[in-house]
Amino acid sequence: MAHSASTTPAARQQHYAVPQPMPWPILGSTSLFLMALGAVFVFNSAKGGWVGIAAGFMLLLYMMVRWFGDVIRESEGGKYGRWEDVSFRWGMSFFIFSEVMFFGAFFGALFWVRQYSVPDLGGLESQAYAWPGFSAHWPSAGPGFTEAFSAMGAWGLPAVNTLLLLSSGVTVTFAHWNLIANNRQKLLLWLGATILLGVAFLVCQATEYHHAYTELNLKLSTGAYGSTFFMLTGFHGFHVTVGAIMLTVIWFRCLKGHFKPDHHFAFEGVAWYWHFVDVVWLGLFIFVYWL
Amino acid sequence: MSSVVDSHDHDHAHGGHDHHDHHGGYSGVMRWITTTNHKDIGTMYLWFSFMMFMVGGVMALAIRLELFSPGMQFFNPDQFNQFITMHGLIMVFGAIMPAFVGFANWQIPMMIGAPDMAFARLNNWSFWLLPFAGTLLILSFFTPGGAPGVGWTLYAPLTVQMGIGMDLTIFAVHILGMSSILGSINIITTILNMRAPGMTLMKMPLFCWTWLITAYLLVAAMPVLAGAVTMTLTDRHFGTTFFNAAGGGDPVLYQHIFWFFGHPEVYIIALPAFGVISQVIPAFSRKPLFGYASMVYATSAIAILSFIVWAHHMYTVGMPVTGQLFFMYATTLIAVPTGVKVFNWVATMWKGSLTFETPMLFALGFLFLFTLGGFTGLVLSLVPVDIQLHDTYYVVAHFHYVMVAGALFSAFAGVYFWLPKWTGKMYDEKLGQVHFWLTLIFFNMIFFVQHFLGMAGMPRRIPDYPLMFETWNKISSIGAFGFGLTQLLFLYIVLKCIRSGEPAPQKPWEGADSLEWTHLPTPAPYHSFETQPVVK
Amino acid sequence: MRATLKRVISLLATLGALAASAQAHAIAWYFREPGSQLARDIDTLHQYVMWLIIIIFVGVFAFMFYACWAHRKSVGHKAAQFHENTTVELLWTVIPAIILIIIAFPATKVVIAQKDTSSPDITVKVTGIQWKWAYDYVKGEGEGISFVSMLTTPREQIEGDAPKGENYLLEVDNELVVPVNKKIRILTTAADVVHSWWVPSFGAKQDAIPGFIRDLWFRPEVTGTFRSQCVELCGKEHGFMPIVVHVVSQDEYSKWVAQKQKEMAAQQDDPSKTWGLDELKARGEKVYAANCVACHQANGKGTPPAFPPLDGSKTATGPKEGHIDTVLNGRPNTAMAAFGKQLNDTDIAAVVTYERNSWSNKAGIVQPAEVKARRK
Ligand code: HEA
Ligand code: HEA
Ligand code: HEC
Ligand code: CUA
Ligand SMILES: [Cu+2]
Repeated sequence: MAHSASTTPAARQQHYAVPQPMPWPILGSTSLFLMALGAVFVFNSAKGGWVGIAAGFMLLLYMMVRWFGDVIRESEGGKYGRWEDVSFRWGMSFFIFSEVMFFGAFFGALFWVRQYSVPDLGGLESQAYAWPGFSAHWPSAGPGFTEAFSAMGAWGLPAVNTLLLLSSGVTVTFAHWNLIANNRQKLLLWLGATILLGVAFLVCQATEYHHAYTELNLKLSTGAYGSTFFMLTGFHGFHVTVGAIMLTVIWFRCLKGHFKPDHHFAFEGVAWYWHFVDVVWLGLFIFVYWL
Repeated sequence: MSSVVDSHDHDHAHGGHDHHDHHGGYSGVMRWITTTNHKDIGTMYLWFSFMMFMVGGVMALAIRLELFSPGMQFFNPDQFNQFITMHGLIMVFGAIMPAFVGFANWQIPMMIGAPDMAFARLNNWSFWLLPFAGTLLILSFFTPGGAPGVGWTLYAPLTVQMGIGMDLTIFAVHILGMSSILGSINIITTILNMRAPGMTLMKMPLFCWTWLITAYLLVAAMPVLAGAVTMTLTDRHFGTTFFNAAGGGDPVLYQHIFWFFGHPEVYIIALPAFGVISQVIPAFSRKPLFGYASMVYATSAIAILSFIVWAHHMYTVGMPVTGQLFFMYATTLIAVPTGVKVFNWVATMWKGSLTFETPMLFALGFLFLFTLGGFTGLVLSLVPVDIQLHDTYYVVAHFHYVMVAGALFSAFAGVYFWLPKWTGKMYDEKLGQVHFWLTLIFFNMIFFVQHFLGMAGMPRRIPDYPLMFETWNKISSIGAFGFGLTQLLFLYIVLKCIRSGEPAPQKPWEGADSLEWTHLPTPAPYHSFETQPVVK
Repeated sequence: MRATLKRVISLLATLGALAASAQAHAIAWYFREPGSQLARDIDTLHQYVMWLIIIIFVGVFAFMFYACWAHRKSVGHKAAQFHENTTVELLWTVIPAIILIIIAFPATKVVIAQKDTSSPDITVKVTGIQWKWAYDYVKGEGEGISFVSMLTTPREQIEGDAPKGENYLLEVDNELVVPVNKKIRILTTAADVVHSWWVPSFGAKQDAIPGFIRDLWFRPEVTGTFRSQCVELCGKEHGFMPIVVHVVSQDEYSKWVAQKQKEMAAQQDDPSKTWGLDELKARGEKVYAANCVACHQANGKGTPPAFPPLDGSKTATGPKEGHIDTVLNGRPNTAMAAFGKQLNDTDIAAVVTYERNSWSNKAGIVQPAEVKARRK
C-alpha cells in the first residue's frame, strides 16, 4: 500500500476502495426484524416469541461473522489505505457520539426525576391534593411505592468496579503502545489483561445486582430510583459486554498476527470504544452511586 | 464555482474486483438487495419514500374523509387515532426523511467528486433497514387492538394503555433510528473525507452543506428518541416508572426527551429542503447563490439553536415562567437565520435572468409558502398566543406549511431538477407545470383554512367536531382529495419520463454549475468519479 | 385593525361557504370574543404580531414577485453576477433581530400576567378522567362541592341517526359554575393519562398531568356559558370530553352553592345499608351508563379485542372479590382504570351488581359493605 501519507483532498488522486455488493446487510435487517417480532411476542405472552429471538440472534451472529470476516480479509489483503483509514476514524467517532447521546437520554431522565419530578411530587400543593404525606428526598421510589428498599452505596463494589475499569483503560493503552512498538508478546498480555478486567467488572456487577434484588429489595420496578439505576447501569453493562467481546475478537486477531504498527484501525476503534465505556462509567459512578 | 477536470491515471492497488462489472455478480432482485452503489441505493430510497407517501397519504385521506362532516361516519374513534398516529409517523420517517436521504445518496458523491459513499456497504444496510421498519409499523394495524392511537409524538402514559401494536411501533422506531444514524455517519464521513482535490468545504454546493449539518443533527437527536421509546417499552412491560408519578417519574419527562429529539427533527426535515432550493434557485436565475457564506453560517445557527428550543411544544405543561420565557426567546431567535436564508434566495433572483421551469416553480412555491409557515411558527412561539393555539388546527396548519409546502415541494423541485441527470431523459414540462399549479391550489385549500379552524378553537386529533367548524373542514377535505389525485399525475410524469422521455443533454439547465452537470455525462454513469476531478 | 382583518376574512369565508354549500351556521374563523382581560391581551398581542408579519411578508414577496416579473429571461433580462454584499446581509440580520426584541416586550408582559395565580377568590381542582372532568371546589365560596361533568350529546346524534343539536359535542350534564369578576384558580390533574383543560374565551389552557398538580387562573368579566373541549389526545373518546363553564352573577352563584350543598348532603350514602337486588341494579345501571358504557358498551359486549365483553366474562360471573377488585383498582397498564377513588362503595356495589345480573349474567348481589371490606 503505497498511499501517500497526506489525506488532504489535493492528494487524493488515488483509488478509494468501493466494496463489492454483498448479501450481509439484508441478513442483518432480517435478523433485527425477527428479533423485534420475537420480543413483541414474548412481551405480550404470545407463543413462539423465543423462537423468533433465537433465530434472529443466530442470523445476526452469522451475519456479523461473515461481514466482519469479509472486512478483515480485505483489510489484511491490503485493500485499505490511509484514505479509507480516515473514513473509519470519522465513522467510529460519530458512532461513539451517537452512543453518548443515547446515554444522554437516560442521564436526562435521572436528572429530571431528581431535580424536578420527585421534589414536585413532595411539594405543598401536591401533598394537599395528590399525594398526602409524601416527602421528597433522594433516593426515592415515588409516592405510590410502599415497600422499603435501600439504595446502592457507592463505596463497596461500585468503587471496586471504578478501579477495574480505570485500570483497564490503562492496560489497553499499554497494549496499544506495544502494538506500535511491534512487541507482540506484550501486546497480547496487556490486551488479555484488559479483557480480564472487563470480565471482572461484569462479575462484580452481577454480584451487585444479586445483592440488590435479594438484600436491598432494590428492583427494576422500585420506582424512579430503581428504574434509573437499573436502566443506566444495565445499559452500561451491556456496552461493557459488547466491548469485551470486541476486545476478545481483537485479541484473537492479534494472536493470528493481524495488524501492523502503522496500520491497525480495528484495534484503535475498539480501544476508543473501551475508553468511551470507561468515561460513561465515571459519569455513572458520580451521578448514580455517589451524589 | 469553476472546476477543471484533471485526469490522473491511477495504478494503485485497488482490490480484485472489476469496476466495470456494474453489479458485482448479482443480478435481478439480488442486484438491488446487495448493491453498494450510491445511485442504486438513492433510487431505492426515493421509490420507498414515494410508496410510503402513498400509504401515509391514504391515511390522510381517511382522516379527511371522516372529518368531511360532523358526526362519526366511516371509522370509529379508535381507528381514527390510529390513522393520525401512523399518518404522522409514516410521513415523517417513511416519506420525507428517506426522500432526502435518497437525494443525498444520488447527489453528494456527484457534487463533491467522489467515487461513491465512504461506507458503501453500510449504505446498503441503512436503506435495507427501512422496509423492515415500515413493515413493522404497518403490521401493527393487524394486531389485536390495532396500531397505537397515541399520535406520532407517542406521549406517555397513553402509550402504556396501548396493545401489541405499540411494541411493534417502538421497535420500528428503533430500527428507523438505526437506519438514520448509520446513514448520517456515512454522509458526514463522505463529505469530510471524500471531496475531490481542491473542493474545499466552502466550495461545496450548498446542498452538501445542509446535509452535513442535518447529519450532525440526526446523529445527535435520533439516539435520544431511541432512549425515549426504550423507556416507554420498559414502563409498559418491566415495571419501571419513568413516566409514572406514582413511582416518582413524570409524563412530562417523556415530553422533554421526545421534543429534545423532536425539534431538531423538524429541522432535519427542513435543512435538506433548504439545500435543494439553494441549488435550484441559482440555476434558474442564472446567477450564483447570493451570500453563500452567510447561508452556511445561517444553517449552522439554525442547527445549534434547534437544540435549545424544544420546550416550545410544551408551553402548556405548566413549566415555570422563567422556562417559558427562555424557550420563547430562544425560539423566536430562529427567525433570524431562517430570514437570512429567505432574503438570500430572493437576492439570488434579483437581477437574474429568470425562467420558470417546473423545478423553479416548486422552488418559488416553497419560498412563498414555507415563509408563511415560518411566520405562523413565529406566532406559535409566543407563549401567550400559543396557550390559545396549542393543540388546535392552527398547529396542524403551521406544520403542514413547513413540511408539505416546505419539504415536500422542495422534494418535487429536486426530482424535476435532477430527473434528467438520473434517467438521461426529460420529463414532460407541460405536465410538470400542471402538476405544480394543481398541487399549489389544492395544498392551500387543505391547509390555509385550518388556520381559521385553529383560531376558532377546533382541537387537533378529534374524529368529530362541533357544527361551527363544518365549512372549513369541508373545504379542507375536498382539497385533500384533489391534492391526492394530483400526486397520481406526478407518478405518471415520472414513469413517462423514464419510459419515453426525450433524451436530455448533459446540462439541460443553463444556470446549473455543480460537478454533476459540468463533469458528468447524462445519464450519470454508474460509477461517478473513479478518478477524482481537481477543482480549481 | 381587527375590523379590517375581519372584513377581509369574512369575504373569503363567504366565498368558501358558497363553495362548500355548508349549513346555515355561523362561520367561525377567529378567536372567540374575549371574556377576560387575559384573553383580550392575547388577542391584542396576536393582532399586533399578525400585522407586523403581514407587512414583512408583503415586503419580502414584493421583491420576489417584482424580480419574477422584471428580471425574466423572456423579456431579455441579462443576469447580473453579484453574489454578496456585506452591508445588506448585516442589515437583514440585525433588523429582524430588532423586530423580535420589539415583539418580546409585550409578549413577556402577558406571560407574566398569565402565570400569576396568586390570591384567588375561588380554587377549583379539575381532574381529567378518561373521558370526563371531575370538579372539586377546594377553597373559597362553595368549598366542598364536587361533581363529575360529562358529555350529554346522545349517541344517535353522533352516529347520524338524529339531527344534531345546536351545542353538538359541547354540552355536559354538570357545568362548572363560577361567579363573574372573581379570580378563579384552577388546579389541574388527571387520573389516567394527560388531558388538557381549555376555555378559549378566558385565554386559559393547562395540561392535566396524572399525579401532578398544575394551575391556571382567569377572571371572567361577562356572564354566560363558555364551551370548549379537551385538547390533549387522551385516547379513544378524546373528542367527546367537553368543558362547559357557566359564569353567573354573585347572587346566583351563592344560590347555586346553597342548592348544590343541599343536594350533596342528600346524596350521602350509608355504606352499611343493605340493598335489595332491584334497587341496587337500577342504581347500577346509571353508574354503568355514566362510567362504563364508553368501553364495555350498553349491551355488555365491549369492542373486543381492545375492550373486553362483560357479558359472560369470567370476572363478571366468577367470584365477587375478583370483580370488585377489578373495578376498585383497575387493571394495570390497560385502559381499565381504578374507579375506587371516583365512586363510593354504594356506587361500586351497584355497578358490580348490575354487571353481574344483566345480559346473560346471573351471579348474585354485592352489598356496599363488601366493597368497603375490599378497600385497602
Ligand atoms: C419542517 C418542519 C418545521 C419547521 C421548519 C418549523 C419551523 C418553526 N416552528 Fe414549527 N412545528 C413543526 C415543524 C416545523 N416547524 C411541527 C411538525 C410541529 C408540530 C409537532 C406536533 O405537535 O405534532 C411544529 C410546532 C411548532 C410549535 C408548537 C406549537 C404547539 O404545539 O403549540 C411552535 C411553537 O413555538 C413552532 C415554532 C416554529 C418556529 C418559530 C419555526 C421557525 O423556524 C420559523 C422561522 C421562519 C420564519 C420566521 C420565516 C422567515 C423569516 C423571515 C422572512 C425573517 C423576518 C421575520 C421576522 C423578523 C419575524 N412550531
Ligand atoms: C411531512 C409530513 C406530512 C405530510 C406530507 C402530510 C400530508 C398530509 N396531511 Fe398530515 N400530518 C403530519 C405530517 C404530514 N402530513 C403529522 C406529523 C401530523 C400529526 C399527527 C399527529 O397528530 O400525531 C399530521 C396530521 C394531519 C392532520 C391532523 C389530524 C388530526 O389532528 O386529527 C390532517 C388533517 O387534515 C392531515 C392531513 C394531511 C393531508 C390531507 C396531507 C396530504 O398532503 C397528503 C396527500 C397525499 C396523498 C393523498 C397520497 C398520494 C395519492 C394517492 C395514494 C392516490 C390516491 C388518491 C386519491 C384517490 C384521491 N395531517
Ligand atoms: C377506558 C375504558 C374502560 C372503561 C371506562 C371501563 N373499562 Fe372495564 N375494562 C377495560 C379494559 C381495557 C379491560 C380489560 C383489562 C385487561 O385486559 O385485563 C376491562 C376489564 C374489565 C373487567 C374484567 C373483564 C374480564 O373479563 O376480565 C370488568 C369487570 C370491568 N372492566 C368493569 C368495568 C366497570 C364496572 C367500569 C365502570 C365503572 C369499567 N369497566 C369501565 C376498559 C374500560
Ligand atoms: Cu381528555 Cu383529551
Ligand atoms: Cu419545534
